[in-house]
Amino acid sequence: MSIEVNGTSYATDENGYLVNLEEWTEDVAKKLADAEEIEMTEEHWNLVKFLRSYYDEYQIAPAVKVLTKAIANEKGMDKKEASEFLYQLFPKGPALQACKVAGLPKPTGCV
Amino acid sequence: MSKKIVVLGGGTGGTIISNNLRRHLPKDWEITVIDRDDRHIYQPGMLFVPFGIQKASTLVRSRKKYILPDVNFVIDEITHIDPEKREVKTKSHKFSYDFLIISTGCKIVPEENDGLTDAWGKNAFSFYTIEAAEMLRKKLKEFEGGKLVMNIAELPFKCPVAPIEFVFLADWYFKKRGIRNKTEIEFVTPLPGAFTKPKASAVFIESAKSKNIKITTSYELNAVNGKEKYIESVKGDKVSFDTLVIVPSTIGDAVISNSGLDDGIGYVPTHHNTLKALKHDRIYVIGDATNLPTSKAGSVAHYEADVVVFNIMSEIHGVKPEEIYDGHSTCFIVYSKGTSSLIDFNYKIEPLHGKFPAPKFGPFTLLKETKMNWYGKLGFEGLYWNVLLAGRHLGAPPTLVMAGKEVG
Ligand SMILES: Cc1cc2nc3c(=O)[nH]c(=O)nc-3n(C[C@H](O)[C@H](O)[C@H](O)COP(=O)(O)OP(=O)(O)OC[C@H]3O[C@@H](n4cnc5c(N)ncnc54)[C@H](O)[C@@H]3O)c2cc1C
Repeated sequence: MSIEVNGTSYATDENGYLVNLEEWTEDVAKKLADAEEIEMTEEHWNLVKFLRSYYDEYQIAPAVKVLTKAIANEKGMDKKEASEFLYQLFPKGPALQACKVAGLPKPTGCV
Repeated sequence: MSKKIVVLGGGTGGTIISNNLRRHLPKDWEITVIDRDDRHIYQPGMLFVPFGIQKASTLVRSRKKYILPDVNFVIDEITHIDPEKREVKTKSHKFSYDFLIISTGCKIVPEENDGLTDAWGKNAFSFYTIEAAEMLRKKLKEFEGGKLVMNIAELPFKCPVAPIEFVFLADWYFKKRGIRNKTEIEFVTPLPGAFTKPKASAVFIESAKSKNIKITTSYELNAVNGKEKYIESVKGDKVSFDTLVIVPSTIGDAVISNSGLDDGIGYVPTHHNTLKALKHDRIYVIGDATNLPTSKAGSVAHYEADVVVFNIMSEIHGVKPEEIYDGHSTCFIVYSKGTSSLIDFNYKIEPLHGKFPAPKFGPFTLLKETKMNWYGKLGFEGLYWNVLLAGRHLGAPPTLVMAGKEVG
């Protein structure tokens, strides 16, 4: 499978995840977000960038808990508010949907 | 170079690797393993306690008894790790090291889940500690019907198949007691399926269906309300219960985060294949303490120990550590007292059908409920104490073997 962005073709896996992490660009992200029916706002971009830099550092997508903790800290929210915030941005689950837009491989959960 | 190896945590992984290293390294290498107590728990047995299949008292043995005599076993609380100074502090000592192995595991923290402590022991239970499992046993004995909900609070958690086994066993147990027709069982998980790997997930969902167990997926727990008897997700979905069995939030040990070695939730960032700490030299990590995308399971700790021993030996001989580990994990999945299934997989290859460990002969069958698998599970306990903890293996490599598996 693949997606087309600005005349270039990018390989994706059977679930629509980008195959090559390095090929990610903001335009690719927008295209991936389109497919998920997500309109990218600044908050979306912040989260996506957080995911990418976390992946870079730890070689693994963060657990949802890491995301909620980071958001709670940054925005002075409690855990529930942070979770709600995350689901507002990425309704199908922050981990699965946000990782896809961030160009990370499909999280395997921790199993 | 001095010749010191320090192992943090004397549980499954720590015991295995200390003994394994002792067998491989010459006597002038000093090996020290530190744990806060002398109670080694056979954790898989905790699944059986609530159903009266195994007595809690049979699960605990002396750690020291299973650690080779020429390994120093120290009982103390580990309080700090300093990778720069290559030094570990405990409450009353300091230890310097040439190589450090982190095997401090992970633990449940019910306090992290809103409302859970209030309901704990009243109508919310667990089986992830011996005390909790014993409490649940008493509760189930008095159970006369109603709705039992098994929930996993969040990812990651320890032994990902245990909650599935729990609901299968609950089905068996309530049938045996003749109250299954008065009992509803629901399995509520944050995973998108019964298990993350699609083939195994499909098999488990099919089994759950045939046992009339309801499965609710992608459920992110927000709070437990014991008084009104429901759990609520972050999206606001409520699931009611009479008795809740839960795997509370799980974290790595505080010493990891307090020493600044963690990934934000208490686990050590670990190289997927060499098992070296990503950010620190001379530190290796095994078992539940890693952030690896594989099961937090004893089998994993065992396979990893083999790889780390190899890599430490390599480093001692001036060779770079090798990328050997593949995420290999092997787990029995108990269906009832008398039957079990079995899965064997790694980072890339999901559980498949087939025979294990020998192609054609097995004697175990993958992804299928059989009597023989149950005998394997029963036999495993003896193997654990007498062979695996000793740091020996069963002639198989630590990585996944494809022979015997049905591909496609
Ligand atoms: C209900 C249940 C069923 C399970 N069933 C299975 C199964 O069927 N098959 C399977 O493979 N696995 C199973 N597991 C998982 C398995 O038990 C664990 O994955 C395994 O024990 C992990 O080993 P470890 O060495 O990483 O951690 P542990 O064995 O938990 O050891 C960690 C040790 O570190 C010590 N420690 C931590 N921090 C400190 C500190 N600061 N100071 C001093 N000491 C410290 C602790 O006291 C502990 O002894 C099950 C687990 C549970 C809960």
